[in-house]
Amino acid sequence: MKMERILFGDNQFFAVNHISDEKSMAQSIRFKEDAAIIRTLDHAMEAGINTFMCTTHDRIANICEVIRQHPDKYRDFKIYPCMPYAHKYANAVTELGIMGTIKQYVPGNFFGSLFKGGVAFLSKDFLSIMELLIDAEMKMFKGINTPVIFLQNVVTDLLLGLKMKDVLVAYHDYVKKKYNAEAGFITMNMPALLNMLEEGGIKNPIICASINKAGFRMSGGKELYEETLRTREFRAIAMQVLAGGAVSPKEAIEYVCGLPNIESILFGASSKTNINDTASLIHKYDQVYATTP
Amino acid sequence: MVKVGLIGAGKMGISHLAILGAHPDADVVGVCDTSKMVIEAMEKYSPFPCFTDYKKMLAQAKPDAVVIAVPTKFHASMVKEMLDLGIHVFVEKPFCLHPEEGLALIQLANSKKLVNQVGYHNKFVGTFDEVKKLVQSGAIGEIYHFMGQAYGPVVVKPKQDTWRSNPEEGGGCLMDYASHVIDLINYLLSPVQSVQSSSLKSVFSKQVDDAVYAMMSLQNGVSGLLSVNWSDDTHRKMSTSISINGTKGKIVSDANELKVYFKEASCPAGYSRGWNVKYVTDLTPSVDYYLRGEEYSAQMDHFIKAVQGKVPNTINSFESAAKTDNAIALIRKAQQ
Repeated sequence: MKMERILFGDNQFFAVNHISDEKSMAQSIRFKEDAAIIRTLDHAMEAGINTFMCTTHDRIANICEVIRQHPDKYRDFKIYPCMPYAHKYANAVTELGIMGTIKQYVPGNFFGSLFKGGVAFLSKDFLSIMELLIDAEMKMFKGINTPVIFLQNVVTDLLLGLKMKDVLVAYHDYVKKKYNAEAGFITMNMPALLNMLEEGGIKNPIICASINKAGFRMSGGKELYEETLRTREFRAIAMQVLAGGAVSPKEAIEYVCGLPNIESILFGASSKTNINDTASLIHKYDQVYATTP
Repeated sequence: MVKVGLIGAGKMGISHLAILGAHPDADVVGVCDTSKMVIEAMEKYSPFPCFTDYKKMLAQAKPDAVVIAVPTKFHASMVKEMLDLGIHVFVEKPFCLHPEEGLALIQLANSKKLVNQVGYHNKFVGTFDEVKKLVQSGAIGEIYHFMGQAYGPVVVKPKQDTWRSNPEEGGGCLMDYASHVIDLINYLLSPVQSVQSSSLKSVFSKQVDDAVYAMMSLQNGVSGLLSVNWSDDTHRKMSTSISINGTKGKIVSDANELKVYFKEASCPAGYSRGWNVKYVTDLTPSVDYYLRGEEYSAQMDHFIKAVQGKVPNTINSFESAAKTDNAIALIRKAQQ
């Protein structure tokens, strides 16, 4: 399954702005009502973008409900869930500790039963906890087409730093087995992650990484990223192509469209004009590079 | 290679561990936590040697340096133990529960020439670094007022208690959240000398403060305000900011965006009269491994390099963190 060239992101809906707290607040006000999100998704669809890549934020459940209620309108629409919504857990860990957080978010009384037999839980149960957490996050997408399911960068990169290769592989395998979907990995450390996934036997993985002309959040350096794209086998999605505003849209898109092996470009925008402008720029430079020998 | 041990694999500890795991000059020789579950998960899935007793880790793994990320009440005794053994120390913030504990540790670390660092990561944020340069160069003239703020959604409803909700163990917004802002004020402007008035409010917590407001004066005579609230869910995550008023201009900065206003045309290179906006993307050097923010990798890299003798042990030393402990005590004392 090939991913679409353009994927629509959701940062703007949830006040995620890597540059300005003021803009964050303005976005939070603008997208207070779910209807405003739906309207923006409609603008994206009108621009020919049918894939919405979104975090498993509580409010996405409402959006999923609207999608389920209008099967004709959203017949070709796909969601790429990105889990988990990390701040939910991070804030919980500060308050409740790691054990308290697991207790709160692992569904059912799995945790209770885990302790009933004393401390004799087997090591494989850690992966069962992960599977239960994945299922909990996936609940809201029931009945919606989710062909790729992503692990958010904070978790991917944490596992990478902890060298927990087997957990990354287990995520990959579980998503395939249970949801018949491809696993995707979001990262700020693309070359290092690719090495680890390959060591774990995952071939041609889907990796979504910060890729931009400014070298912003490209750990290991822009040159290494470019070389990795040129020489290695994986399916790259470029995100943060505008480098948080450090590069002009034209320059940003020209750079990314000129790179080899970028299957998709992810961007988010609030207004119809910005969505159309960015989509047109991508089409324009794709044409330019398609005809350049 | 620097042999590093980690004590305390909670939220900050695990983050430090991942950063150390990815660092080319750090060899993680031991991870220690009292939670059997965390240690078993580490043992099963990570390559790091694991321990539930840190004394055993010290004896077996013989680290050159340790990272301590345990509840604050254990900091003083544990840091002393490490220094006595000749081990370099990185300890999470805040440094010590009581300012007098810190003074002895500063002396000990200095006399044994051991690297000592505390985890106030804002000093490694590009925007704040630029604020420091602007303030030091006198670019905004004579400074007469500041306002340090931090808001975030940590305790947004009444909930069950952990060590962070126990004032005896270093819990509460003042120790956990406001300490970052106080440390930043100390660093950017001048250490807090006195606190005229303060108010510690419990919004949802039963035993600790969820918000801190204070009026204070610095050693250089400048006065200003502190406003910190961790029960503010209009923010998605912790957002820390500082604004500084001077006779020639004004600085408003958070970790992402720096805004500087100059009254006149005579201003530093790269700036002009009126408002100037710079982003962290332009001001922050990239890191080899990224997790949560460049500053977390940069501070750990600084610690490793200091142990290797490649950089001086000047940023976030025990001495600077003790000044923050002192300010925390002054704020507590000045409560209305």
